[in-house]
Amino acid sequence: MIEVRGLTKRFGSTLAVDNLSFDVPPGVVTGFLGPNGAGKTTTMRILLGLDRPTAGRALVDGRPYAQSRAPMREVGALLDAKDVNGGRTARKHLLALAQSNGIGRRRVDEVLELVGLQTVAGKRIKNFSLGMSQRLGIAAAMLGNPGVLVFDEPVNGLDPEGILWIRNFMRALASEGRTVLVSSHLMSEMAQTADRLVVIGRGKLIAEGSTDDFIARGSSNHVRARSPQQSRLAALLAERGVESSEVDGYLELRGMTCAEVGDLAAANQITIHELFEERASLEDAFMELTRDSVEYESHAPLPGQFAAPPDGPVRSSTEATR
Amino acid sequence: MSTSTVEPVTSGADRGDDRIGSTLPRVMRSEWTKLTSVRSTGWTLLALVAATIGLGILASWGTNHGWPQMSAEDRARFDPVSTSLSGLSLGQLAIAVLGVLVVSAEYSTGGIRTTLTTVPNRMRLLTAKVLVFTSLSFVIGLITSFAAFYAGQPWFSKRGIGATLGQPGVLRAVIGGGLYVAASGLFGLAIGVLLRHTAGSITIAIATLFVLAPLTQLLPGAWGKAIVRYFTSNAGQQIAYTHQHGNYLTPWVGFGVYCLWWAVPLALGAWLMQRRDA
Repeated sequence: MIEVRGLTKRFGSTLAVDNLSFDVPPGVVTGFLGPNGAGKTTTMRILLGLDRPTAGRALVDGRPYAQSRAPMREVGALLDAKDVNGGRTARKHLLALAQSNGIGRRRVDEVLELVGLQTVAGKRIKNFSLGMSQRLGIAAAMLGNPGVLVFDEPVNGLDPEGILWIRNFMRALASEGRTVLVSSHLMSEMAQTADRLVVIGRGKLIAEGSTDDFIARGSSNHVRARSPQQSRLAALLAERGVESSEVDGYLELRGMTCAEVGDLAAANQITIHELFEERASLEDAFMELTRDSVEYESHAPLPGQFAAPPDGPVRSSTEATR
Repeated sequence: MSTSTVEPVTSGADRGDDRIGSTLPRVMRSEWTKLTSVRSTGWTLLALVAATIGLGILASWGTNHGWPQMSAEDRARFDPVSTSLSGLSLGQLAIAVLGVLVVSAEYSTGGIRTTLTTVPNRMRLLTAKVLVFTSLSFVIGLITSFAAFYAGQPWFSKRGIGATLGQPGVLRAVIGGGLYVAASGLFGLAIGVLLRHTAGSITIAIATLFVLAPLTQLLPGAWGKAIVRYFTSNAGQQIAYTHQHGNYLTPWVGFGVYCLWWAVPLALGAWLMQRRDA
């Protein structure tokens, strides 16, 4: 259980974290979401006792983490996978961390196997790829078999297989009753991993709640239909008080399900060529929510200047519904 | 690297295992592993041993060679022990560099954030670093000092001007060589804690021990003489001499003053470490 209460951190004239309060309960994956520079890393650093808050507190199981007598049993953390001395081998790196908390050599081999690094355990870390470093960081976090896990952008720089591995790993940890806090600036990633979301922007809390609620609240769902008798369908809908409009050659409407529209068309012998529900992408919802709190805003690009972003709006509803 | 399923997450150490916890001896074991698992430790210790013994042999050979031409005054000031240990003036730099690296390498690599996440008690971490590094540097320094002494004396004993451990002050001076190495390492470590920056810390440590110390001789007047007497290595090296010249401090007072040169920055560095963001 993590409790953050009135947390504030000022660096000179910038307010990195601004009176932030939220909870991270055990048993679920909590996504810590916000644009770059929103204060996610700073919050996590304060939680781990690396930075001193200007005001407020962050507690792990009711106490400041820095006072823990068995730190690695309480919290496992991965902030930046490159925060290691590259001159050391993976095994010696993990051994040094383990020894500081009285954890034995057997556990070092176990966590190496857990993350699939046993074959490169004798190699110096500086030769590791980012993906291997991320796995090593997770191995280090797991040494003490902690009840609370904190990961800062763990999927950054990973290949799809690695992303899937971490996603499953975090869900498995949460299902064992552990507290899992994972940060990301990608809504689509969080939607597939997190059960709960804490959304921040410019150091302030924007939203906190279940991912499903967030999706329902943030997205505007509508139905789209294509038919050779589109104007007749529109008129029929209007008779039932459903407004529709033509967008990209489709009839777009709200307030009716696909089934209801299909039944209505069939009853009136209207041919339907396409009929589907469309959800605004989570990324859209996230951007809507954090629009006012993005630190480095880019202005609208010229048409055609950029190709569609890989995780930009998607039409299928499968992504949004997980 | 193809582990795509996760099963035995809870295997091994049981959650709630009471034996797990951070204590000073455990953090010291961890620091020992860290110190002995990077290449820079081996290289700097090799430099300490090679420079101290090598330069000591060179100085002993040269002094023996030039003995017939030496004035009576120079012969009276001749100290066979400190001549064989004169390589410490270079060896001290190697151990100071290692002292800097013990702390600054953690900050330059970012490893300090991983370390402090596993050992959040910063004073425990610093204490462990100081104890482990000082033990290692004292033992290596002591062995090096005895080796340099025994490597240098044969040149003098032929002329009957050599020293033996049984003579007054000789054993103290040779053990003092080891103490001086340990204190010089602590000086580097203290600067490292204070600045957290490798290049800057090494520059300051070398400048203070090796460059500025002899330059103080150029200062005029009585206060100039006082600065010479109390300045870092000028004061500290007296512990490895069997006789002192007029201006210099006695062995133990000199060594005590040298210890202030690392203790004050270390205390200040510890105070800052407790307060600064890592």
